[in-house]
Amino acid sequence: MIAPLIVFFACAILAVLGAILLIIVREPIHSALSLVVVMVSLAILYLLLGAPFVAAVQILVYAGAIMVLFVFVIMLLNAGEEERTDWSKIAKWIGLPLGFVLLLEIAHWLFHSEPGTAVANGVAAPPPASTFALSTALFRQYLLPFEATSILILIAILGALVLARKDQ
Amino acid sequence: MSIPVSYYLALSGILFGLGVVAFVFKRNIITIFMAIELMLNAVNLAFVAFARAHNQLDGLIFVFFVIVVAAAEAAVGLAIVLALAHTRQSLNVDRVNLLKF
Amino acid sequence: MEFISQHPVLVVSLVKIALTLFVVMTALAYLTWFERKVVARMQSRWGPYYVGAHGLLQPLADGVKFLFKEDVTPPSSDIVTYLLAPFLALVLALTAIALIPIGPPDVTVLGQPVFAVSNVSIGLIFLFSITSLGVYGVALAGWSSNSKYPLMGGLRSSAQMISYEVSLTLSVVGVLLLAGTLNLSDIVSGPNGQTGYWLHFIPKWNVFPQIVGFLCYITAAIAETNRVPFDLPEAETELVAGFHTEYSSFKFAMFFMAEYANMITVSCLATILFFGGWLSPFGGGEWEKFIPVLIFGALAVYCLYDIATELQSIIHKLQFTIVVGLFLALAAVCFFFPQYAMPPFWFILKIGIFMFFYVWARGTLPRFRYDQLMSFGWKLLLPVSLANLVVTAVVWLVMHP
Repeated sequence: MIAPLIVFFACAILAVLGAILLIIVREPIHSALSLVVVMVSLAILYLLLGAPFVAAVQILVYAGAIMVLFVFVIMLLNAGEEERTDWSKIAKWIGLPLGFVLLLEIAHWLFHSEPGTAVANGVAAPPPASTFALSTALFRQYLLPFEATSILILIAILGALVLARKDQ
Repeated sequence: MSIPVSYYLALSGILFGLGVVAFVFKRNIITIFMAIELMLNAVNLAFVAFARAHNQLDGLIFVFFVIVVAAAEAAVGLAIVLALAHTRQSLNVDRVNLLKF
Repeated sequence: MEFISQHPVLVVSLVKIALTLFVVMTALAYLTWFERKVVARMQSRWGPYYVGAHGLLQPLADGVKFLFKEDVTPPSSDIVTYLLAPFLALVLALTAIALIPIGPPDVTVLGQPVFAVSNVSIGLIFLFSITSLGVYGVALAGWSSNSKYPLMGGLRSSAQMISYEVSLTLSVVGVLLLAGTLNLSDIVSGPNGQTGYWLHFIPKWNVFPQIVGFLCYITAAIAETNRVPFDLPEAETELVAGFHTEYSSFKFAMFFMAEYANMITVSCLATILFFGGWLSPFGGGEWEKFIPVLIFGALAVYCLYDIATELQSIIHKLQFTIVVGLFLALAAVCFFFPQYAMPPFWFILKIGIFMFFYVWARGTLPRFRYDQLMSFGWKLLLPVSLANLVVTAVVWLVMHP
């Protein structure tokens, strides 16, 4: 029974570590790789949450295509080390503590609100969302957003082609 | 004991906050884009957690659409970055200040 | 013993993982031998002949060579990514093999299915996700070598891989329509699976209704695994060695193994999706256990003939007697445990045919130029896969109103 908890904390720590590495490291390619680590650990969390199809799509599309695009562009542009700019003093000495206080407040209200306590009190786990149910919902109820996003992708392809072409 | 939904929401909040910090403080435009993707991922996690909490599929459908829109946005955004790097010869956002007052 | 009966999942899973790893790594090593032998025979020469009997110890010699070669690391390269890339490539390639079932899911030992390391309900998409992550190994290897040839090879190779990934995934959707499930075991033997016969003698494999899909799949698969005729990014005459130029000794061996493991994964998928996986073409009667006995018996007789006439030294003759013993042991296992041994036998036979096809293509075909490769992928293969999908969907809708 504690195995899900161990997996959750391992993936959560991995995700937060990846996000912190994204901020700290100097080379953009290392930031890209730590973002891939975040995405893969989030995919494992989706598996824990009973959404295996979404986990597979996350790895397939997000980590396997979008981040590859990022890595490509970093390689093509030969993005080197970031320039170091000093953080302003206000941000360091006032902003970070205030941000931390905000985080504590959000955490307080999160843990004392309805959905959190309801599930913690032992509501039975719903069955994992099957591909069939997801696709039925996608193609019946949500057909209009589906078609709209297809057109959006078409526009994005055309836009990327036009923008990235060198002027001849 | 199944993991309470608030744990997932807390993780989502932390990731979103880290994404905002990266967005504000980094200077390389590609890293800023990656911070945007991090924020979108955090929001996806919140959606899936809520879908599980209310035992509905709508959250998962919305995650699909977020992923698709993120893909389209990344494609166009990186094309813009390529064009920008050609003209300005630098990837530092501070240099993209031709319209600065 | 109590531990085994109290934790059956853990024990059986560990045994399955260990067996899979061992078998796969040995198969990878002997695939190199197979390839060198077959390509050599196609070029009218012998191939590896001296290291063991008929070159059978050549993979061992190559492995030892790879371990002991000097490990040259180029200076001024990004060390983290340089070291990460081969590991990533090999780990992803081996993980994909774990998802593949080699037998029916209802054959159990201690209550756990024996033939699949993991039986995920969305196995097909997971396999494609892991394959799509494999682009990172190539791209990062090219980039971190900090040198022109690897960079170009890496960029070209990863662009080729992501282009053909789209056609690969689309050509499989026709099979998905017919099977109605993403679970790999169910695609073979589920309710809409590939058991049974049409006209009493044509097995109901998906290759017959989906022949166009199969051809698209096999073309995209060869391109995806960077094999001839699509191996320009790593061809020796073009780009020195492409993205793995600057890698030496064990890291190069890891890339090598990752490429062969990708080949195995893709062949396994082709078998499961199009050729009925572990189902035998003859319908699974009791008499089938004589087929491996015949095949292995014939091979053993040929080896005995070789010992008598061809091989010169005593050590080689000894090695070949060990091989004969191995064949006889395999024949005995297939004969006395048919429900455990026959499905993997058919599966491995079909994969062997695919591997031979891969090596045959390598020995025969010239390679594509890079722009020909990309235009082929985007202008021919992708529209054909899409058309296959549309036609399959229309026909399926007409047949199942």
